[in-house]
Amino acid sequence: MTANDLISLAITIVFGALVSGSPLLFATIGEIFSERAGVMNLGLEGMMLIGAMSGFAAWANTGSLIMGLIVGMIFGALLALLHAFITITLRADQVVSGLAVTFLGVGLSSILGQPYVGQLVPQPSSITLPILELVSAEQIVLVIVGMIFAPLSWYYLNRTRPGLDLRSVGEYPSAADSLGINVYRTRYTYVIFGGAMSGFGGAAMSLITDPGWVDGKTSGLGWIAVALVIFASWDPMRGMWVSYFFGLLRRLPLDLQNPALPLISTANNPQLGRVMDMLPYIATILILIIGSREAMRKRIGAPAALGNPYVRGERGL
Amino acid sequence: MKQQSISYKLNVETRLDNPGWVGMVSSILGVVLSLIVGGFVLHAAGAADPIATYREIFKEGFGMPADWQAGFTAMFSNTACPKGMLCFGPLSDTLVKTAPILLTSLACIFAFRMKLWNIGADGQMFLGAWAATGVAIFILPKTTDRTVMLAVMALAGILAGLVYGAIPGFLKARLNINEIITTLMLNYVAYKMLEFFVVVGPWSLGGFESTGRFPTSATWPRLTELAKKFPITGGLTVHPGIFLGIAAAILLAWILYRSRWGYEIRVIGNNPKAARYAGINLKRNIILVMSLSGALAGLAGMNEVAALRELTGRFPRGYGFTGVIVAWLARLNPLAAIFVSFLFGGLLVGTKLIQPQGIASMLQGVILFVVVGTELIFRYRVRLEKVEQAVAPETGDVP
Repeated sequence: MTANDLISLAITIVFGALVSGSPLLFATIGEIFSERAGVMNLGLEGMMLIGAMSGFAAWANTGSLIMGLIVGMIFGALLALLHAFITITLRADQVVSGLAVTFLGVGLSSILGQPYVGQLVPQPSSITLPILELVSAEQIVLVIVGMIFAPLSWYYLNRTRPGLDLRSVGEYPSAADSLGINVYRTRYTYVIFGGAMSGFGGAAMSLITDPGWVDGKTSGLGWIAVALVIFASWDPMRGMWVSYFFGLLRRLPLDLQNPALPLISTANNPQLGRVMDMLPYIATILILIIGSREAMRKRIGAPAALGNPYVRGERGL
Repeated sequence: MKQQSISYKLNVETRLDNPGWVGMVSSILGVVLSLIVGGFVLHAAGAADPIATYREIFKEGFGMPADWQAGFTAMFSNTACPKGMLCFGPLSDTLVKTAPILLTSLACIFAFRMKLWNIGADGQMFLGAWAATGVAIFILPKTTDRTVMLAVMALAGILAGLVYGAIPGFLKARLNINEIITTLMLNYVAYKMLEFFVVVGPWSLGGFESTGRFPTSATWPRLTELAKKFPITGGLTVHPGIFLGIAAAILLAWILYRSRWGYEIRVIGNNPKAARYAGINLKRNIILVMSLSGALAGLAGMNEVAALRELTGRFPRGYGFTGVIVAWLARLNPLAAIFVSFLFGGLLVGTKLIQPQGIASMLQGVILFVVVGTELIFRYRVRLEKVEQAVAPETGDVP
C-alpha cells in the first residue's frame, strides 16, 4: 500500500461520507422545521421509504432523475399531510400517529415497489476527475445542494419573519395566535415541508447515493434522523454536521472492503463488518447521551409546545 | 305579536365519561376501515378482486367452517383429518404465531400504560432468543430433562430481555433520553448482533446461517407428537407457548387493575405530575417497567426460538412492531390483547403466502391511523336538543 493509495482512500472516505450523509441531511432538516413548529413526526422512516420507492418508480417510468426526485417529494409530503391531519386537526397523539406513518410507509412501499425490486439502476453520468473515480456528477450536485440547503434553512429559521412565526408557533402557539399568526396553517405547512424533505432524501437515496430499490431500503435511516434532530438541538447547521458524521459511519464498512488494507479490511473479516454495521446505531445512542449532558448544562430544550396539539381558546400552552 | 317556534339543534359537547363501548367501536371501526382502504391499495397493486384476496387470507389463517366441521367429525370418531392438513392446520399455525405476538403486545401494553414508548420489543425478543439458544446449545447438556431445559431457557430469555429493556429505561430515568430512539436503535443492534453470532460468527454451524437443530429437550412439545393416539392431531405444530402468553396476560391484567403498584403505573401514565405529588417514585418505576416490558419480549423470543427449533439468520423481525399495533387496538387491555393477537396471528399466517409481502404492515398502519384518528370523535357526544325560542315577526328589510 503506497502513500498514494492511502490518500485516495482518505478522499474516497470523505466523499463517501458527504454523499451518504446527504439523504440524512434533508430528512433531518425537514424534521427540524416540523418540530420547530411544534409537531413531532416520527414517521420519517416511512416517508423516506415511500419517497425512495415512488422516486425510483417515477425514474423507471420516465427516465428522468429530476422527475423521480419531485415524485418522491410529493409522496413524502402526502404521507406527512396525513400525519398533519391526524395530529393537528384531529389532535391525536403525535407519537402513535408517527408510528402509523412509518408502518404505512413500510407497507405501501413494499407492496407498490414489488415490480421494481432488482430493476436496472440509474446509470451515473461519469465525470473524469482524477481523484474521484467513484463519485458521479449527480452525487456531487446532491452534496452541493445539501451544503446550500443547510445554511439557507438556518437563515430562514433565525433571520426571517416567517422563520420567527414558525418558531413562535412551536414555542407558544396561543401567543402566536393572538398576534394573528395562523397556528394550524403554519403547522400544516411545515409538517408537509418536512415530509417533502424526507421524501426527497429517500428518493435521493434510491436514485443517487445508493441506486436501486429493495424492501426496507433505508434500514432505519429515518429513525436515525429523528435522533439527529435531538442531538442537533433543533439547529439546521448542527444537523448538517451530524448527518455527515453519520454518513461516514454508514459508509465505513463499505469503504474498508478494500482487501489491500491491513488488519481492518472487512473483506477478509466479515465478523468485523457486522460489528461495524452496528456502529451508526450505537453511535446514535451515544450522541444522545452526550447531547443530554450538554442540554442539561446549557439548558437547551425542545420547542416548548412540541407534542402538544393546539386547541384554539383552550387554556394552556 | 310573539310567535313560538320549535327547532332542533345538534349540540356537540365534551364527553365527560368514558364508556367502555367507545374503545371497542373505535377499534372495530379501525379494522373495518383498514380492510376497505387495504382493498383499494390491493386493487391498485394489481389484485383483480380484493375480496377474493381477503377470503384467501381468512382461509389460510383460520380455515373454512366446512373444514372445521370435518375436523370435529374426525375428532369424535378418532380418525385423521380427511382433508390432510386443512381441518385444524391453519388454526394451529395461527396459534403458534399468536404466542409471540401476544407476549410482545403485553410488553408494549405494560410500557405504554406509563406512556413509555417501548418500540424495541423486537430487539428485546432477539436478545431473548439469543440467550435461550445459548443455554440450549452451549450451556446445558443435551440430555437435560425437557421441563428443566425449557424452564432455564425461559429464564435466560426473560433475563436477557430484562437487561436489554433496562438500558433504555435507565437512560430515560437518569438522563431523560428519548426512549423511542434508544429502543429502536437497540433493535438494529440486536439484529446485527444475531447476524454476527449466527451468520458469520461463532455460532454458525459449518458455515450455514444457522445454529443447527436444537436437541429435542430444548424444543416445545407439539400437538402432533400425540398423533399415534389421536390421529386428528397429525401435523399440528401448536405448542404450549400460547398458555405462557395467556398466563402472562392474566398476570398483567391483575397487576394493572387489582394491585397498588398497577394503580401507581396508571397514575404515572395519566398524569406524571399528580403522581409525583402523590409521592410515587417516577424514576424507579420507569426503570422497573421498562425492564419488565423487556422481560416479556425476551420471553417471546425464547418461545419463538423453541418453536422454530433452531436459531437462523432469518429469525423473524417485526413481532415487536405488530405488538405495538395489537396493544393499541386492544386499548392497552391485556385481556383484550389475547383476542386481538389471535386475529393478528391469523393475519400473519394468512398473508404469508400472498404477494405482495407488505400487506400486513400496510394494514397495520391503516388500523393504527384509524384508531388514533377516531379517538377525537369519541371525545365528544352529539345530542339533539330541542330549542324553543320566540321569533320576532318579520319587519320587512333587515340590514
